[in-house]
Amino acid sequence: MSSDIDDLRDLYRELILDHAKSPRHFGQLEDATHVAQGINPLCGDKLQMYFSVDENNKIIDARFEGSGCAISVASASLLTETVIGLDTARALEFFAAMVSRLSGRANETQGEDVVEDIDLGKLRALEGVKEYPSRVKCATLAWHALNSALRDIRQPVSTE
Amino acid sequence: MITATSGNVSEIAPGAEGIERARNDFPALAQDINGVPIAYLDSAASSQQPECVIEKVAQYQRHDHANVHRGVHTLSHRATEAYEGARDSLVAFINAASRSELVFTSGTTGAINLVAQSWCRPRLKPGEKILITHLEHHSNIVPWQLVCEQTGAELVVCPINQRGEIDLDHLVQLMDDRVRMLAVAHVSNALGTILPLEQIVAAAHERDIPVLVDGAQAVPHLQVDVQVLDCDFYAFSGHKMFAPTGIGVLYAKESRLDAMPPWQGGGDMILEVRFDGTTYNELPYKFEAGTPNISGAVGLGAAVEYLRTLGMDRVARHEAVLLQYMVEKLSTIDGIRLVGTARNKASVQSFMLGEIHPHDLGTILDHQGVAIRTGHHCAMPVMDFFGIAGTARASLALYNNRRDVDRLYDALVSAREVFA
Repeated sequence: MSSDIDDLRDLYRELILDHAKSPRHFGQLEDATHVAQGINPLCGDKLQMYFSVDENNKIIDARFEGSGCAISVASASLLTETVIGLDTARALEFFAAMVSRLSGRANETQGEDVVEDIDLGKLRALEGVKEYPSRVKCATLAWHALNSALRDIRQPVSTE
Repeated sequence: MITATSGNVSEIAPGAEGIERARNDFPALAQDINGVPIAYLDSAASSQQPECVIEKVAQYQRHDHANVHRGVHTLSHRATEAYEGARDSLVAFINAASRSELVFTSGTTGAINLVAQSWCRPRLKPGEKILITHLEHHSNIVPWQLVCEQTGAELVVCPINQRGEIDLDHLVQLMDDRVRMLAVAHVSNALGTILPLEQIVAAAHERDIPVLVDGAQAVPHLQVDVQVLDCDFYAFSGHKMFAPTGIGVLYAKESRLDAMPPWQGGGDMILEVRFDGTTYNELPYKFEAGTPNISGAVGLGAAVEYLRTLGMDRVARHEAVLLQYMVEKLSTIDGIRLVGTARNKASVQSFMLGEIHPHDLGTILDHQGVAIRTGHHCAMPVMDFFGIAGTARASLALYNNRRDVDRLYDALVSAREVFA
């Protein structure tokens, strides 16, 4: 059989499985300043993202809760690790870079220039979804919610 | 003499001989997915089409297409014959009393919306009720919600138990004198439950409640006789029974159709149009406004002829034995949770595997050529009832065999390894 289960390891990398099983910063953030919900009706992913932004536009805390597949939960978990400590403009650059990198569609970044020089670091673990078109929206769901929250867009985002 | 393939012999259910060869009639099942032969276990979402259906539609498109019921030229005549011939095949297949009772629609959804808008909407008053069950597909929920919003009527939902069954006594209790329509699935798409329709219909009719049956998941798997069921309306879709998408059927008793105003206006549904009043066409054309999906109907007619040749009794026996095999095989997997364990089931098994999200399961199985459905299956209230976001669902059709189930089993075992 040419379908080797090991090929799947490129999608389900150790880092992804680790974050899916033990998501970081999981739970509600009582004093959140920015909140958004992300819904992926196809697989029933539902994430609530919380961010606390100080007066200098710096993200001082980030959390999430909800349920979803391994990819969407790991992506949300990695997102929180990434954006804590960033100012909001930089976090939005990460959003643009992630959506562009994972979907290969620059126009999803709502007119922003894709930041080419951004170092995605461990977020690269999510790049395996590029080979699985139906899973790209699982990986980008949390990032769309981040964008929505920081821009104060009140409607839940959907990657459907 | 029994040869090395004797394993195949034992898988043939008594009374279902010959069905195992039907798989070869479906060209889509002869391909590889991700380098391995496809194991297609998603027929409850949409079934594959046999060569005879594909060829019949192609033949129609190549040689016989024109508009129906118009024009005196040869092609128009051929198209009309093909379209109305398909109707005759369907009338015989479900044993409708006459061809007036068989309306072509875009599918089950179109058929249910037609009944909601044409039968219920003009009749419903505030405070009256439409009764459904908790296991319905969204297409047998939302059309009724819409008509309730439009009329001030109330939607009443009969609960299910942990097996995914309806409590018949409870359902009957809910049939009070304000219920104006009972709409139920014949077979649940998410849970596979077969509802006891004959008892349900009899109880409803004792109270003068008309019954609509969503038969989308029943017609491809069971022998359906609408006169035996005695339901007032029966809706089903072509693409779940080996025909193309975009075509379906509303069966309705003639007395009901006679009492319904047209839903959509347009060509073909009229006898005479004048600005001071229009005379509607006779049944069933009154409900077929505009140029219909002729090629779809032709394909559905061909699918029905294919099923009649195979014999629905043989199809049902084959699937019943295979479903039992699938349930037993899945039950042996560590960490499996079967969702939908009704005592009387058809073709479908939903399940969860450990903590693995159904969508991850779907990707891992697809990687091994096994196609299943994952998610809420357009039955979110069912998922809410079991407290889950969704399930993985393997569904069978006449072309599946034990090898498909074995492939599912192997793929699930390896999914556990990936997530170990």
